[in-house]
Amino acid sequence: MSALTPARPGSASSSSASGRGSTTTSASDGRPPRRGLTGLQRAFGRHPIGVLLALPYAVFLAAVFAYPVVLAAWMSVHDWFFSAPGVEVDHPFVGFENYRQVLTDPQVHQAFLNIAVFLVINVPLTVALALVLAVALNRAARGRTFFRVAFYVPYVTASVALVGVWLFLLGGDGVVNSLLGPLAPDPSWLVNSSLAMPSIAGFVAWKQLGFFVLLYLAALQNVSKDLYEAASMDGAGRVRQFFTVTVPGVRTTTALVVILATITGANLFTEPYLLTGGGGPDGASTSPVLLMYQLGIEQGNPDTASALGIVLVVLVGLLVLLNRRLLRSES
Amino acid sequence: MRTSARWGAVAAAVLLTATTAACGGGQGPGNPQGRGPITIWLSNNEQEVAWGEEQVKAWNAAHPDQRVTAQQIPAGKSSEEVIGAAIAAGTTPCLIYNTSPAAVPQFVKQGGLVPLDTMPGGEDYITQRTGQAAEQYRSPDGHFYQLPWKSNPVMVIYNKTLFAKAGLDPEDPQLSTYDDVLAASEKIVSSGAAPSAIWPSPASQFFQSWFDMYPLYAAASGGQQLVVDGEAQVDSQAALDAAGFWRQMYAKDLSPKEAYTGDAFADGKAAMAMVGPWAVSVYGKDVDWGVVPVPTPNGEPADQVHTFSDAKNVSLPVACQDQATAWDFLQFTTSADADRALLTETGQMPMRADVARTYADWFASPDGAPYAPFAQQAARTVEVPNVKNSVEIWQDVRNAWTGSVIFGKEPVDSALRDANGEVQHLLEVP
Repeated sequence: MSALTPARPGSASSSSASGRGSTTTSASDGRPPRRGLTGLQRAFGRHPIGVLLALPYAVFLAAVFAYPVVLAAWMSVHDWFFSAPGVEVDHPFVGFENYRQVLTDPQVHQAFLNIAVFLVINVPLTVALALVLAVALNRAARGRTFFRVAFYVPYVTASVALVGVWLFLLGGDGVVNSLLGPLAPDPSWLVNSSLAMPSIAGFVAWKQLGFFVLLYLAALQNVSKDLYEAASMDGAGRVRQFFTVTVPGVRTTTALVVILATITGANLFTEPYLLTGGGGPDGASTSPVLLMYQLGIEQGNPDTASALGIVLVVLVGLLVLLNRRLLRSES
Repeated sequence: MRTSARWGAVAAAVLLTATTAACGGGQGPGNPQGRGPITIWLSNNEQEVAWGEEQVKAWNAAHPDQRVTAQQIPAGKSSEEVIGAAIAAGTTPCLIYNTSPAAVPQFVKQGGLVPLDTMPGGEDYITQRTGQAAEQYRSPDGHFYQLPWKSNPVMVIYNKTLFAKAGLDPEDPQLSTYDDVLAASEKIVSSGAAPSAIWPSPASQFFQSWFDMYPLYAAASGGQQLVVDGEAQVDSQAALDAAGFWRQMYAKDLSPKEAYTGDAFADGKAAMAMVGPWAVSVYGKDVDWGVVPVPTPNGEPADQVHTFSDAKNVSLPVACQDQATAWDFLQFTTSADADRALLTETGQMPMRADVARTYADWFASPDGAPYAPFAQQAARTVEVPNVKNSVEIWQDVRNAWTGSVIFGKEPVDSALRDANGEVQHLLEVP
């Protein structure tokens, strides 16, 4: 039975889904509505108290997510800028003009290309390193707590402080180039058009590793030791066990890590702003969010910045859906 | 979830969103005749804060019914974005002593600033205090939305010790032409006196051009702004000359393409730097330095060379409720006495018609003497053009500059020509 453990989350999920499905079916299967429900219950379900309990989070969601997204969508189809309270300003509807500007801007194309390079490097790197380190930490007998803390510290440290350290590491006269000697790239990492974005991808993967390692460590606790014993008895070595037991056993967590890494990566801002001096060299590390900041905040064009933001939301949404579908089809 | 419950949830979400939206916004325009306690914002510069607090103390002693409270400008990525956000939220103070001229057109577009020439005696006060240079700060609609307050004229500071080590005469460094500077730079680097000759920031932020390209453009053009009579000058001969000079500096590795994490001049990694008078207090004790005007293609006499002003001005936001008090306090803090205090305590140049002559006694004193060259230069400063889309224009210029001049990815002339077209479009767009 324990061999089925990795499948349990899926089974439970299916069971739960079917449970919800049966409730839905009973409400829409043509039978007349149940009697005795008050108006409140008709509006908010059988347990209005549940709605009440969910209200604070709903308020939070409305204020922090729903309102800005709706406002951004509205701004993106109007000629809009921030004005002082009480100042009458006309914000005419401009249709898709802001989107046309955004989608025909070579800087935007470059930024999306940059972020694609970033994601292609950062997401697999994050998944691979986090999983391998989690497995190693899970097995480590000595210093486990020390290493867990060590991996987690960069995640909770301010990017600004870490960027300073990495500037010293990756600078022309930095530690990395000193170690590489004649093999050091010229121009150096952060001023090299081909290496700037990969350098940032490596930095972000390192910085966020602690969080994803924790996720995998939690997932590894659900992988039964019996499976490893069974695999071992079948003659599987450590590597074989890793690919046939561990990787399938943490698949749902991998899906989560991929989605989170994709979303946070697509929202890259601090690193190109600070590490490469505002998206340099020559725009090679400009990200869409950095461009949004320049357009919306620095240059006073929040309407075009909003259009870019909506495009980004749509693309990231599609990417996440694609990820989910691919990972689900694999499982 | 049943359909009715879904609709209930949707209705609740819409209601919540609408409620949230209704919570935004601050107070509307204030009263031009209003008097009462006010708040002002100062920069985070320690010396300026000390000066500001002294001024506030003196004012409050004489005006107990119109007390002024000074605060440092809230932290942000830049003061411009903090001010812009405060204008939109209606949470601005009554005076902002750190207003960048490049951001003023944007603040005006937001409807956030009071035209100071509409205050009693405003036009005369500004033009008499600042003289002809005040015209650079007049907006296209004819109003002054900023009081020209202080400048930091950009000059070339050099390390005498490193110059001597490179075999250059530290007392007569010969840095007036582009060829002079290139020759001196090659000596500095080839001799090993310093790993680089001069190390301006190669970063892509829009304001970085004010400290490499614009001072040399201002000098080469004989004191013209980047926009003349509505025409962009990004690919003018003066701009091409300045760009050609810097291109050689980068191509010959006399200026690094990489940002320095500290202060390259203070650390001896560069023998020269483009600085304002603030540098006197920063480097004064640790570096044996000299200062000269920025170079020009043909080496103009020092007393004819123009440069970028790097000014910070004072603005009065419309949300200020007691604008009459704010206007009085603004005049109080820009009087001849207050300007003398600003000069002696911060070393920055009050934007007065003839600052060198007005405070000649101080510039002749041991404390003031190091600032005298900057005071002479203050008479010939060029401001960023006061035009709409100002920040966007500077970003376009910077993008072209980093691609062509710093990294050499495309020819300088075609990059500047393309940028000129983009800037012209931004000037003409309705």
